[in-house]
Amino acid sequence: MKYCMKAILLAAAVGWSSSLLLAAGTHPTTGEALTDDQIFTYVTIDEHTSVDPQIVEDVAGAAIVRDLFEGLYNQDADGNLVPGVALSHATNADKTVYTFTLRNNAKWSDGRKVTAGDFEYAWKRLADPETASSYQWFMGVMNIKNADDVMSGDIPVSELGVKALTDTTLEVTLASSMSYFPLTTTHGSTFPSPQWAIKAHGANWVKPEHIVSNGAYVLTKHVPNETLVRERNPMYWNDADTIMEKVVIKIVNDENVALTRYLAGEFDKTGVPTGQFARMQTQYPEEVYSNPTLCTYYYNLNMGEHGPEALKDKRVRQALSYAIDRDIIVENILQAGQFPAYTFTPDATAGFTVPEVAVAVITQAERDTKAAELLSAAGYGKDNPLSIEILYNTSEGHKKIAIAISQMWKQKLGVEASMQNQEWKTFLTTRGEGNYEVARGGWCGDYNEASTFLDLVNTNSGYNDSKFSNEEVDQLLADSKTSDNPQPNYTRIEEIVADEAPLISIYHYTSAMFLKLSVKGWPHENVEGNWYSRNLYKVAE
Amino acid sequence: MAGWIHKLDIKLMIDLKAKKNFNFDDSGLASDDEMKGRSLWVDARIRYARNKMATICLFTLILICIFSIFGNLFAAYSIEEIDWAILGMTLEKGYPSFETGHYFGTDEMGRDLYARVVQGSRISLAVGFIGAIISTFVGTIYGAISGYIGGRLDSLMMRIVDILIAIPFMFVLILFLVVFGRSILMIFVGIALFSWLGMARVARGQTMTLKNKEFIEAARATGVSQLTIVIRHIVPNLLGIVIVYGSLMIPGFIMAESFISFLGLGVQEPNTSWGALISEGAGTMTYGTFWQLAFPLSFFTVTMFCFYFIGDGLRDAFDPKDR
Amino acid sequence: MLNLIVRRVAIAIPTLLIILVISFLLMHAAPGGPFTSEKPLSPQVLANIEAKYGLDQPIHKQMFNYTVGILTEFDFGPSFKYKDRTVNEIIAQGFPVTMTYGIWSFIIAVFFGVPLGLIAALRQNTRTDYFAVSFSIAASVLPNFVMAPLLILVFTLWLGLLPGGGWNDGSWQNLVLPVIALSTSYTAELTRLTRASLLEVLRSNYIRTARAKGLPELKVILRHALKPAMLPVITYLGPMFVGLITGSFIIDSIFSTGGMGYFFVNSALNRDYSVMLGITLLVGGLVVLFNLIVDLAYGWLDPQIRY
Repeated sequence: MKYCMKAILLAAAVGWSSSLLLAAGTHPTTGEALTDDQIFTYVTIDEHTSVDPQIVEDVAGAAIVRDLFEGLYNQDADGNLVPGVALSHATNADKTVYTFTLRNNAKWSDGRKVTAGDFEYAWKRLADPETASSYQWFMGVMNIKNADDVMSGDIPVSELGVKALTDTTLEVTLASSMSYFPLTTTHGSTFPSPQWAIKAHGANWVKPEHIVSNGAYVLTKHVPNETLVRERNPMYWNDADTIMEKVVIKIVNDENVALTRYLAGEFDKTGVPTGQFARMQTQYPEEVYSNPTLCTYYYNLNMGEHGPEALKDKRVRQALSYAIDRDIIVENILQAGQFPAYTFTPDATAGFTVPEVAVAVITQAERDTKAAELLSAAGYGKDNPLSIEILYNTSEGHKKIAIAISQMWKQKLGVEASMQNQEWKTFLTTRGEGNYEVARGGWCGDYNEASTFLDLVNTNSGYNDSKFSNEEVDQLLADSKTSDNPQPNYTRIEEIVADEAPLISIYHYTSAMFLKLSVKGWPHENVEGNWYSRNLYKVAE
Repeated sequence: MAGWIHKLDIKLMIDLKAKKNFNFDDSGLASDDEMKGRSLWVDARIRYARNKMATICLFTLILICIFSIFGNLFAAYSIEEIDWAILGMTLEKGYPSFETGHYFGTDEMGRDLYARVVQGSRISLAVGFIGAIISTFVGTIYGAISGYIGGRLDSLMMRIVDILIAIPFMFVLILFLVVFGRSILMIFVGIALFSWLGMARVARGQTMTLKNKEFIEAARATGVSQLTIVIRHIVPNLLGIVIVYGSLMIPGFIMAESFISFLGLGVQEPNTSWGALISEGAGTMTYGTFWQLAFPLSFFTVTMFCFYFIGDGLRDAFDPKDR
Repeated sequence: MLNLIVRRVAIAIPTLLIILVISFLLMHAAPGGPFTSEKPLSPQVLANIEAKYGLDQPIHKQMFNYTVGILTEFDFGPSFKYKDRTVNEIIAQGFPVTMTYGIWSFIIAVFFGVPLGLIAALRQNTRTDYFAVSFSIAASVLPNFVMAPLLILVFTLWLGLLPGGGWNDGSWQNLVLPVIALSTSYTAELTRLTRASLLEVLRSNYIRTARAKGLPELKVILRHALKPAMLPVITYLGPMFVGLITGSFIIDSIFSTGGMGYFFVNSALNRDYSVMLGITLLVGGLVVLFNLIVDLAYGWLDPQIRY
């Protein structure tokens, strides 16, 4: 008894003094002195779509959801999986059944325990046609058994291949073997949701006064199009490690105004206006960052039935690709450390090696010569100029790139390149219906593996805007799903795509930002851009 | 410019001189060589010429028009040619200078700003003129008829105006884009559709005051037809307000054009307009490349000043009361 | 006058209905819908969503349901883009914001613009007149999207006196810059219009008579010239007020006020049908209301006007 008392008193003393330490301001691991007010204020360009994990569909919303809720696994600063609500998982021999073991001390903000049942409920909710989630298709990406039939409403949701065996055991059955399944569990759509709150309040369950969440933060204030505030959730199982008390979003639609206000001290983080990166880097070298991300910017060449005859000729497509000087675009126009791209999947993708394709290894001068040769071999030239229209959605950045590319094609190949901009929805419809010649596109990966990019060139892919169809590619893609080492398949696919050129990869994105020196813990190496506020902290100057 | 004024003055002086040298015959009456009557237009022209500001502005506007048509003869570059050496270094290398041939400097893409301002002037001036003319004609006549006839017709016509004001105009434009495809003509159609609405209301209000005046009563009593009353008597008396209101709206039209182009309907790259140049320049002004804003904005401002004073001058010249 | 009010209210209903029908049809005719996105939804997902929001029904049925919803429950529907919110909530949050800065801008524009115009007219062709005219031209020519960022640059970055945006529940510091940016061009236009209008009136015969009668100038102006001169100004003020309280897209974007102007334009670009329709109907109702007020004011300003 006496020992018990002593132990308890000692534990209390240690707990109390360490929390004193935190309050007084020293980081427990690094020992840096912390500021008293741990408030992180950052800018987003636009209002988010929702904070409901199964409904959210935009990047800004996903960041909020990552703070408010927690899934099976999280990512560390380098993008590797670390335990979240799940401690570990096991899988069977052919990788079709995954069993996750959950921790038993995870709690919702209203005190209830987080159980495997909450995950089963959330995943079924995502797949349920009744929920009408825009991210319902992610269930298909996760390759869960019966997902397609459930999503189309042919069979009831209860047949979905996910089941809570106990409060802390979740069993997932896949439709076919998939080795990278655990990677999909860091995605916001898979986060658990509180069934009782949703039943009680319906669509209003996400309002600050009703919301129940299991992440490191709770939603305390939301003024649409102005601000959103989230504050520490004391019920979170790892609350002891959270340093940042409060996270404030300020919505500023104009990137130049956002920068002005950042420089005036109103924010801790903001974006870098297009084309200003180089200038800003010289002026504020310590605060400006450019981090590689998992996104590619490319031009679609319409090979479909409404596309121009010229683009059905491979030599024309190759010529157009060769004539683009990607270095000028990356170094003179974008100037934010982007990477010129000759293939589709970014180098930063885990486990992926960029193959050396023909177009990448020669100099630009050699490319220009080759381009001219190819184009005249196809029958176009100064006396028979090729006429091409570039379609892009209204935006400063897209406009500049289109202007540069049209001039490159004109000066090097005599191509009469005209430009057409359309507002977003009209642009999407035009491109989706295939009523264009060349249209810009941007693609970001949904998980950190090459198939999230290469699936796009599959004949049946709904995202295959250029209507490219190649049997060998389709076969390679199907094989790579089940193989242990898909890299050789991926390399071959990239080579075929670079050769056939249905799309012209131009550059791989980087995420450029201003971040105050006092803010630490930002995961600059995480290519999916998954950051968590609970890892951030502010040091005293 | 000065020569033109003098010519008119000389004509006046000749008239006067003719009167002075006039030979009265013994009866003391003027001889048959009577004075020619002056029409309203000549009157107006003379009065306009007396207004110095208005005349200066008219010539400035003509100069700007000439600049927009012929200015590109002096341009060292085309509107779309990117100067690859300057691209990416516009602050350091893209400033205005005679040696490089970029008289106004370059825009963010390294293209010659002088050539682009010249080309943009064409579009913006056309938009300003056409918008002003359409809004003035259509709006004034619509409003005058509505106000004069009154009663149910007035109610109906004004409710139509209300409906057109309330409808989200953007969709009409987007539909135009879909149906007619992109063309510069669409800008004018787009602007024509909404420009006359405000004018119609102003004209109607003024008409309702005017129609109770004695001279209108007199015209009615002598059997003048309604349409003639409106056109011959009401409209000229509206001109004062209408012209001022019209010149207030022109900057709005020019800016509306850049919004229409944003939707994809109007001017497409590499063509440009003042609105587009000004908004690009406004975006970069904090980063030191102020010439990208200064040149198009100055042209725009000077032109608007001119429209205003010309409008004022026209109003004074045509004012039937100022005899 | 009561007659006029009754007649107008009666005709307001068909007017609003026509606005609703035309806007509804226009919106659905435009390409793209609320769920057209970069990663296009698979047909089955799209079908689910459209079923949930009733978009798969024929157009006249959608219109009917929508109208019934408004008339019976005053429910303008859910937002298609901002899934957590309904149109009622969006308008309830955004409208007070735009009303606040709109009304302040209106007050400032009228209190500075109209007297300035009157003085300029009375002192025509003197230095006061030239100053007033030059200021008004310069101010009305400078576009908001140039002035607003400039104001932020000066007052927030260089002087550090005022916040560069946000709304903060309407605290006065957040009001200053938006109101300045918005009211400047309206003040200028009011100055020009008032000046021109007063000049017109001062040339009338009855003013000449009044002066000939020996009335002091001040009385001439206040008693005889002011009311008729205000007529075109009031015509302009009606739509100006509606325009101000329904917000400005540029002011909302640059100053992040959370106002309705931003939602109005954005909902069109996002094809967020219900938000677009809700705001359109609100604007339509306000236009009809304020045109009625303006017409009533005509009756007061010029007793000879009959409807």
